[in-house]
Amino acid sequence: MNEAFARVPALAAQHLLLAMAALALALVIGVPVAIRAARAPRLAGTVLGFASLVQTIPSLALLALFYPVLLWIGHGVPALGFLPALLALTLYALLPIVRNIVTGLRGLDPAVLEAADGIGMTRAQKLRLVELPLVLPIAMAGVRTAAVWTIGAATLSTTVGQPSLGDLIFAGLQTQAWTLVIAGCVGAAGLALGVDLLLGAAERAAGERRWKRAGAALLLLGLAVAAASVPLWRSGGERRIVVGAKNFSEQYILARLIGDRLSRAGYAVTYRDGLGSAVAFGAVAGGEVDVYVDYAGTLWTAEMHRSDTPPRADQLSAIADWVQKSRGVTLLGALGFENAYAFAMRGDDAQRRGIATLDDLVRVAPQLRFGADLEFLDRPEWAAIRRGYPLRFANATPYAPTFMYRALESRRADVISAFSSDGRIAADRLTVLGDPRHAIPGYDAIVLVAPSRREDARFRDALRPLIGRIPVAAMREANYRVDRDRDKQSPEAAARWLAARVGL
Amino acid sequence: MPALSSGPTVVFEQVGKRYGDAAAIDGVSLSIAGGTFVALVGASGSGKSTLLKTVNRLVTPDHGRVLLDGCDVAGEPAPALRRRIGYVFQDVGLFPHLSVAENIALPLRLAGTPDAARAAAMLDLVGLPPTVATRMPAELSGGQRQRVGVARALVTRPGLLLMDEPFGALDPVTRESLAGAVKRLHDELALTTIMVTHDMTEALLLAERAIVMAGGQVAADEPPAALLRGEGGSAAQALVAVPRGQAARLAALST
Repeated sequence: MNEAFARVPALAAQHLLLAMAALALALVIGVPVAIRAARAPRLAGTVLGFASLVQTIPSLALLALFYPVLLWIGHGVPALGFLPALLALTLYALLPIVRNIVTGLRGLDPAVLEAADGIGMTRAQKLRLVELPLVLPIAMAGVRTAAVWTIGAATLSTTVGQPSLGDLIFAGLQTQAWTLVIAGCVGAAGLALGVDLLLGAAERAAGERRWKRAGAALLLLGLAVAAASVPLWRSGGERRIVVGAKNFSEQYILARLIGDRLSRAGYAVTYRDGLGSAVAFGAVAGGEVDVYVDYAGTLWTAEMHRSDTPPRADQLSAIADWVQKSRGVTLLGALGFENAYAFAMRGDDAQRRGIATLDDLVRVAPQLRFGADLEFLDRPEWAAIRRGYPLRFANATPYAPTFMYRALESRRADVISAFSSDGRIAADRLTVLGDPRHAIPGYDAIVLVAPSRREDARFRDALRPLIGRIPVAAMREANYRVDRDRDKQSPEAAARWLAARVGL
Repeated sequence: MPALSSGPTVVFEQVGKRYGDAAAIDGVSLSIAGGTFVALVGASGSGKSTLLKTVNRLVTPDHGRVLLDGCDVAGEPAPALRRRIGYVFQDVGLFPHLSVAENIALPLRLAGTPDAARAAAMLDLVGLPPTVATRMPAELSGGQRQRVGVARALVTRPGLLLMDEPFGALDPVTRESLAGAVKRLHDELALTTIMVTHDMTEALLLAERAIVMAGGQVAADEPPAALLRGEGGSAAQALVAVPRGQAARLAALST
């Protein structure tokens, strides 16, 4: 419990900094746009329509969409981390700010505006002395809404590699460590309440024309943001090694295993957890992440667009060539186990129906319900499998990995797209179906290193002992220590256990 | 006519303004001598308000021009022109986020000559106690608000005062008292005053010259006494008939 909350302050600082930067940028863009729009009804329609459209995009998708856009822009513009998170959140914060200012300006008493013209105010004087002061309360209400939205949505920036309180929430959800989820949620709610309280105090004070008090509230907020940025000034010296991890337990554990070895070799290490699967390879190629573990089959199908299934050794050397030539990424080696897509059923169920392979499954599939992980149904592997085995299920439902196993256990699903290194396969006594037609490619876990670390011998030497060292049984056990419901371990603890288990 | 430092003469030359197909004012030519109190009278839609607003360019005429002391009002930036003209209208338009004193002082601030004492003196001039200075507009009665509106209009010592239905929203007692105050200020400050009203009684009692408008044109232009004698034509006499009839009925009641 305490361990979870101990991570809150550092992440809350990053979270606050990101959200307030987005809010500030939204104000810088939104205020002039809103003022222009209030005077031109057609522009107002376009601007408000666009801002509303942005709101209908799920915030998770909005964040993810900036990644390919920034990648396409290129020229050293970072596609991961602070920038895409900032841009997405800024777009999100625009609507309440622009809408409230436009509504406020349009709703001003025409008599007051006529008086302003009548006593000889210029356009700028009218704006400064009359329109803005009168619109301030409703504008502030919009800013407060934007602040709360932004702080809430900033939890999603974890998925594009920007640390936030979402790190705790995503890691907690994946490993069912509810204290982490609670710590993240409480932290984010606390930030939102605190910022809203200060902005509300400033708004009330401004309404009562107590400018000092309003200034004090805003100053306090400014100081909080400045304090949150302190860690950034300090870390100006040595660049830290960033170890990436996708969003499931095995990735968290392997990232810690790698990180521990690098720390022992004298590197300062940070983690980028919860990266989207498509984002991770781009991150190592772009240098936002120095090292992470991916899976041969994932790169084979998603990045190289191959649909054949050669022997694992041939596949690995082909991947090593390809990542080196196309993106300058080094394939350091395979860890020694596979984490392949493995169709699994409840053991007793499989026995009763007489199903041992995917060939057997084809026959009974129309009576079975299929539970897949969130991305599986859209992955090329699924298409490849269906070319080999004409599977037609009664229905197919995507689940988050943890809930996929729950669905199988509770009989809401009869077949799932399990992962072969998952500890729950043995623990839940599941039957993994064979692949006699070799439709599923090899999924060796492989260590990928960013171009900038290619020549770093100390770095490679620190990681080389991991190569070929981890048998699937050890990985399953380590995963299960994190995934099991009782006596859960943190990924850090499981990584230490794994290191000891394989003699490192 | 007051000879020394009286307000400017105001001349309309063939001033016209259309809104869509309808002519709000249709080629009006008038000359108003400096220091005169003129009432523009007429029914709703007769063009009297539109004509008034061509003077401080809240309305830009489609053709014709307006001259103040011989100078075209279009010859300088509108804000500079308006700072030399007091403007009072029915809805007053006090700035709700500023106190009474700040409202009155605002035109001086715009002119770059802030003068708190002058602003305070204006309260006395329009018959308000000094204690209202710190109040917010929302805390005032309708009559007090319009007095503040007059104070704000006159704080920069303009020579010309434009009033658009200034007493339209006030109760009769407040209206009478404020009308008296305005008439007194007109005389003391030697203003040229143009007041738009739909109330012929108000025009007859306050103005030296009543200009009756109908259909965007001048229907009659007479001193009050002449109108009461039956001059000025049928449109003007239709308006005069209302107060005359009321007066006769009131007289009959008291006998």
